Amino acid sequence: MSSPLLEVRNLHAGLKDKQILKGVDLKINAGEVHAIMGKNGSGKSTLANVIMGREVYEVTQGEILFEGKDVLDMDPEERAREGIFLAFQYPVEIPGVSTSYFLKAAVNATRKHRGLKELDAAEMIKLVKEKMTLLKMDASFMNRAINEGFSGGEKKRNEVFQMAVCDPRLCLMDETDSGLDIDALKVVANGANTLRRPDRGILIVTHYQRLLDYMKPDFVHVMIDGRIVKSGGPELALKLEKQGYDWVEKEVAVTA
Amino acid sequence: MTDLKQFTDFDTQLKTAGPAWLGELRQRGVNRFHKVGFPGARDEDWRHTNINPIVRGSFDLAAAGSPELAESLVQKYSFGEDAAVELVFLNGHFSAQFSKLGKKCAGVTIGSLAKAAENSAEMICPQLGQHATIESSPFVALNTGVISDGAIVHIARNLTFEGVIHLLFVNTKPATNPAVSHPRVLVVAEDNVGVAIVETYAGDSGRYWTNAVTEIVCGKDCRIDHNKFQQESRNAYHTAVQHVRLDRGAQFVSHSTTLGGLLTRNDLICHMAGDGAYATLNGLVILSGEQHCDNHTLLDHAMPNCPSHELYKHVLDGAATAVFKGKILVRKDAQKTDSKQNSKGLLLSDRATFNAMPALEIYADDVKCTHGSTTGPVDDEAMYYIRSRGVSLEAARHLLTYAFAADVTRRIKVEPVRRRIETFMAEQHGLPQDLRIQDLASFDEDVL
Repeated sequence: MSSPLLEVRNLHAGLKDKQILKGVDLKINAGEVHAIMGKNGSGKSTLANVIMGREVYEVTQGEILFEGKDVLDMDPEERAREGIFLAFQYPVEIPGVSTSYFLKAAVNATRKHRGLKELDAAEMIKLVKEKMTLLKMDASFMNRAINEGFSGGEKKRNEVFQMAVCDPRLCLMDETDSGLDIDALKVVANGANTLRRPDRGILIVTHYQRLLDYMKPDFVHVMIDGRIVKSGGPELALKLEKQGYDWVEKEVAVTA
Repeated sequence: MTDLKQFTDFDTQLKTAGPAWLGELRQRGVNRFHKVGFPGARDEDWRHTNINPIVRGSFDLAAAGSPELAESLVQKYSFGEDAAVELVFLNGHFSAQFSKLGKKCAGVTIGSLAKAAENSAEMICPQLGQHATIESSPFVALNTGVISDGAIVHIARNLTFEGVIHLLFVNTKPATNPAVSHPRVLVVAEDNVGVAIVETYAGDSGRYWTNAVTEIVCGKDCRIDHNKFQQESRNAYHTAVQHVRLDRGAQFVSHSTTLGGLLTRNDLICHMAGDGAYATLNGLVILSGEQHCDNHTLLDHAMPNCPSHELYKHVLDGAATAVFKGKILVRKDAQKTDSKQNSKGLLLSDRATFNAMPALEIYADDVKCTHGSTTGPVDDEAMYYIRSRGVSLEAARHLLTYAFAADVTRRIKVEPVRRRIETFMAEQHGLPQDLRIQDLASFDEDVL
């Protein structure tokens, strides 16, 4: 049997003086959509960033396997080329560099790594145009500096757009729904939905149910204090939306 | 004790060259320089720049030298078709051979200062030395003391000069002793004039010293775009003082770029002498190795309702050092002044240093003045963001360095200047030349 797309085992990680993840176990198979829900500070964004390889976090224990390969010794760029993509909660503004150049550099770094021919300008344009339509984006996006002066919604849309262009195996979406009005949410969610594929896994990190209305997950996990304490199907997200997190906390306290 | 005479007593010919009034001006410069000498180590304005290599050096007055020696340099830095007028100076001497004077038009005088001093004294005499006074700096006094040639740009009222005026000062490697040139530029724009001027100071090797002084007089409602691009030899010394006077409603934009020189000191004094004048001072400094650059700017708000914006950025690698001292002076009458200053240093090495000293001196009560400064390596968050898309650490750093500088270069309107800096950056950082963000209008054809 082939290995799962992503397997996180007993992951402990944190900042220098603060433990944040205290033993996370998570398995995502190709074709699945998982959602991790939890309160602020529960560690769900940290998990996404540790999987991506953000260097401020130190992994003290456990493993992260991507397609069976240990990624803990890989730099973020190596993980990206292997097929992991993180849509940022707060995308960074980079004045002075156009989105078009940035995307071309990103796409070709990954293609080179996979032994594919680098895309030339014309091929890049074709790819980009197609994905822009998907996210109802204006062509001028490409020639603007990366995220500079973008509204919150534009930035999130740009993240999902880049995700579509980069063609990853594993999509990590870190609070992609925050800061979006309902129309923008629909566009972003519908765009992300088209990325569901049998050979691709998606991990959605979110506070709220509303994104999941449009992107129905196969599995929902609840994270409390650095651990996944409860897992279930989409109905779990609905229950959390209605009843909050208190009942889970109580349940965990009883079993502990 | 330094013998100051060796800096002024070059030959007797110089003393008598040109009209009598110029000789008198020269003598006043010499006297002043002999009286005050070079700034000392205790002089607050010179605390961060060691000028001993100049003070203790021995310099011959640079000769024009052979055109053959200069030809490749002139070619490299010429704007070619991009300049409407290009005056070329070889080691400070006007070169008719390399210059392009453009077509004559009424009300426009662009040419050699020495010649104009002879033929058009009424145009030069009332302005020369009136703005960059010999009292303002020992380096101005010295330049004035040996003044011989340079450029004059004089544009009569209500004229908008089409195209770019390029003043190209090329310095060749001195044959034996280090050499010094003291170029002088005078720009007089009468009321309601529009013009774009570039001063380029360039050299490729050798130890020499350029001590330049520029005076720019902007009449009422002028629109002046001034660019100074410095890429001297990396063994050269470059000291430059620029005095600008803005009359009512005049708009002045300055872009100062320093890429070359071992030791550079720029003083830019902008005197807002009329109601509603508007000054924008932008600067970009890119240094490596042992290079040092010290930029001092003064925005002197003397009249009300004047906005001013200042942005100076520094990219420092190796053991390079940069100093930025930006002073905003708001005099008693300068109510409703709106002044914003920002300076930034990007340190690409642990040994590079950036020293920012904003200074506000405010005597009016109804003003808005802000200043800010940041220094540090490339931003971690931005590095992570770029790397998370598959771009290597090295490439991400190059990209962010380019982006840091592009924040200034994109404001430059004179295309050949902007292109030169972008090419320099791209070459340094192994990036393609087509990184520029296109204008939106041309987007559809060019990008998609």
